[in-house]
Amino acid sequence: MFESISDKLDSIFRKLKGKGLLKPEDVEVALKEIRMALLEADVNFKVVRDFVDRVRVKAVGNEVLESLTPGQQVVKIVNDELCELLGSSASKITLSPNPPTVIMMVGLQGSGKTTTAAKLARFFKKEGRRPLLAAGDLQRPAAIDQLITLGRQIDVPVYSSRDTKDPARVGQEALKKARTDAHDILIIDTAGRLHVDDALMEELRMLRDGVSPREVLFVADAMTGQDAVNIAKQFNDRIGIDGVILTKMDGDARGGAALSIRAITRKPIKFIGVGEKIDMLEPFFPDRIASRILGMGDMLGLIEQAQRSFDQKEAESLQQRILGDSFTFDDLREQLRKVRSMGPIENLLGMIPGMNRAKNLQVDEKEFVRTEAIINSMTRKERTNHNLLNGSRRKRIAQGSGATVADVNRVIKQYVELRKMLKMFKGKKGLKIPKVFPF
Amino acid sequence: MGFFDRLKEGLSKTRKGFVEKVESIFSSRPVDEESLEELEETLILSDVGAKSAAEIVKRLGEQAGKGGIREAGSVREFLRQEMVSMLGAAQPLVPFGERPFVILAVGVNGVGKTTTIGKLAGRLRDQGHSVLLAAGDTFRAAAIEQLEIWADRSKAQFVKHQSGSDPSAVVFDAIAAARARGIDVVIIDTAGRLHTKSPLMEELKKVKRVCGKAMHGAPHEILLVVDATNGQNALRQAELFNEAVGITGIALTKLDGTAKGGIVFAIKRELNIPVKLIGVGEGIDDLQDFVPADFVRALFE
Ligand SMILES: Nc1nc2c(ncn2[C@@H]2O[C@H](COP(=O)(O)OP(=O)(O)O)[C@@H](O)[C@H]2O)c(=O)[nH]1
Ligand SMILES: Nc1nc2c(ncn2[C@@H]2O[C@H](COP(=O)(O)OP(=O)(O)O)[C@@H](O)[C@H]2O)c(=O)[nH]1
Ligand SMILES: [Mg+2]
Ligand SMILES: [Mg+2]
Repeated sequence: MFESISDKLDSIFRKLKGKGLLKPEDVEVALKEIRMALLEADVNFKVVRDFVDRVRVKAVGNEVLESLTPGQQVVKIVNDELCELLGSSASKITLSPNPPTVIMMVGLQGSGKTTTAAKLARFFKKEGRRPLLAAGDLQRPAAIDQLITLGRQIDVPVYSSRDTKDPARVGQEALKKARTDAHDILIIDTAGRLHVDDALMEELRMLRDGVSPREVLFVADAMTGQDAVNIAKQFNDRIGIDGVILTKMDGDARGGAALSIRAITRKPIKFIGVGEKIDMLEPFFPDRIASRILGMGDMLGLIEQAQRSFDQKEAESLQQRILGDSFTFDDLREQLRKVRSMGPIENLLGMIPGMNRAKNLQVDEKEFVRTEAIINSMTRKERTNHNLLNGSRRKRIAQGSGATVADVNRVIKQYVELRKMLKMFKGKKGLKIPKVFPF
Repeated sequence: MGFFDRLKEGLSKTRKGFVEKVESIFSSRPVDEESLEELEETLILSDVGAKSAAEIVKRLGEQAGKGGIREAGSVREFLRQEMVSMLGAAQPLVPFGERPFVILAVGVNGVGKTTTIGKLAGRLRDQGHSVLLAAGDTFRAAAIEQLEIWADRSKAQFVKHQSGSDPSAVVFDAIAAARARGIDVVIIDTAGRLHTKSPLMEELKKVKRVCGKAMHGAPHEILLVVDATNGQNALRQAELFNEAVGITGIALTKLDGTAKGGIVFAIKRELNIPVKLIGVGEGIDDLQDFVPADFVRALFE
């Protein structure tokens, strides 16, 4: 587990607690840590240098707020500055006044263009639009099949042609088809290419000129290192990009490339990819990425999601029940539903600082579904009194929920252990049960 | 084009950027704090990692302090030696022992596993080996078709199951088929997976176990494919894949593009896993052995 940057800064600043203003020499020590954290997060070296300079100017002489420690104060300044640099979250895909809106996906090999093209098509389809996908990658083996398969999964038509090696022609024909078939959005997939490959960059320019895209979206891998600035700059200079999509954010990459790309192109980051599946596309929130780059986890996102799903009163009444030693299967089911309604568990855990590095963290969504099915198959009495659950009842529950008796036994065992744990909480005086995750 | 020229061509951008930088840093002035800082910058920009960079620079500073190094030429020589020694001895990927020699390719999404397998199959075929490719990526759309095209290109045999089926099953069948047919090398493709996803890492462990069931001692080589464009996260990938299945070697791809490849030093330094192959393009011939001395020489020439 890595120490969060604010912990680190706090230990640095501990000795000067209570002093009013941030002093240059103290700020300098803090900036060293910030610099290291940003470099570890793969923010480009030069971007880091400029950034640190900006923070220095803002931090020196800054008054430490009543409610914050000096470490937190510096982190706040850094965080605000990062958010500002990362841009606003309001960026959307601009639609053309005369449809179809043409969108072109560009980027290096393997960055996630094809997958993201399909994700966007699904996104627009959900909005009630009629997207068309075009298979403009004539380079990579089976790239056309890949897009066709994805199109089928989301029921979006794919224009493709296996008779040509010229992506510009595919683009123009797809545009023609989009017009005849009254599609309001055309998303063109393209082959991955190196920013320094003149021939392929020229090919991309020709495709662009033929279809006049409303949006050229630069798709970048969140794991990209120092070179992100060169890559983004070249694509922006040679093709011109309108926005960025950062993929593979579901891993533990700190995503410093986001900052590098923003700093060099000034173009908005519009979406982030958070999984291989076609629905795993999310809007971009600068504050969340900022804390992630700083290694603080996406606390804000987590807190917000938790607030959304957990009614304060409900949480209190639950706590009452737990303390009153009456935590039933009904309560357990309720909690499972709440947690699930917050989104994919893996994404959720990834937002907790340190969690994204925790090893052997087994999270299986199916497990949740199965557990709930098992609870659903219990009678009301059984749900409030687990002592009733003898062998024949367990067998019945297993049959009713499509699980095995072993599954049922496991759920009951977990429940009993949970109760024991909760009792221990109760036994320890002054130990507060966390409101958000009661178990 | 010979090996050396190809490597040099693939690395030309790296070499130029790096060497020009180092020379310009040290040509006109003595080794001092400022010039060392600039060197650190150059190293970090190559994705060497802030830690490794600091270590190299510290050693360089100490040497300079002892009066050993004063000007550009000796700085370059020192750096070269320093970096070669960090990488250790060359460890090429050579099939050995009982047939078939089973290679399992693993890594995160989009790094170049399938392409590297295709290239490797081509090379092994050229060397006179019979090769069978196993379509173990049953998840990604058209991944099977992609590998099949590479099997055609490299004239390797090919075993597949349906898309969406259990990867372990196809792996078992592939190894069994290879044994029955007396094939020399089996290369197994797998779906890309982020190292943080436990269920997928468990699936990979199972694939490995099943290899052992199909043939005692298999897989003989577990190759982690790493994208040279990646930054420090590649270390995490190496760490967690190694923990899950035990990595025996690394294939570093896309070195023709990122122009750096400094992550090699970080991986070797932290985990002591040898880099065995490098990818320098999308064509079937764009695969090279990783030879540390040549690699570093190409950087500094
Ligand atoms: N985990 C994860 N994988 C992704 C994401 N986006 C794409 N991928 C995977 O990355 C790999 C390359 O994606 P692809 O769309 O083929 O990239 P392209 O070469 O740029 O078209 C595939 O295995 C995808 O499933 C994402 O947001 N998260
Ligand atoms: N420029 C370059 N591209 C590569 C290299 N290796 C793979 N690629 C490309 O990277 C993309 C992803 O490769 P693929 O083998 O499908 O990755 P996988 O998802 O790991 O199997 C494809 O477009 C490949 O052509 C390389 O060494 N250099
Ligand atoms: Mg593609
Ligand atoms: Mg593949």
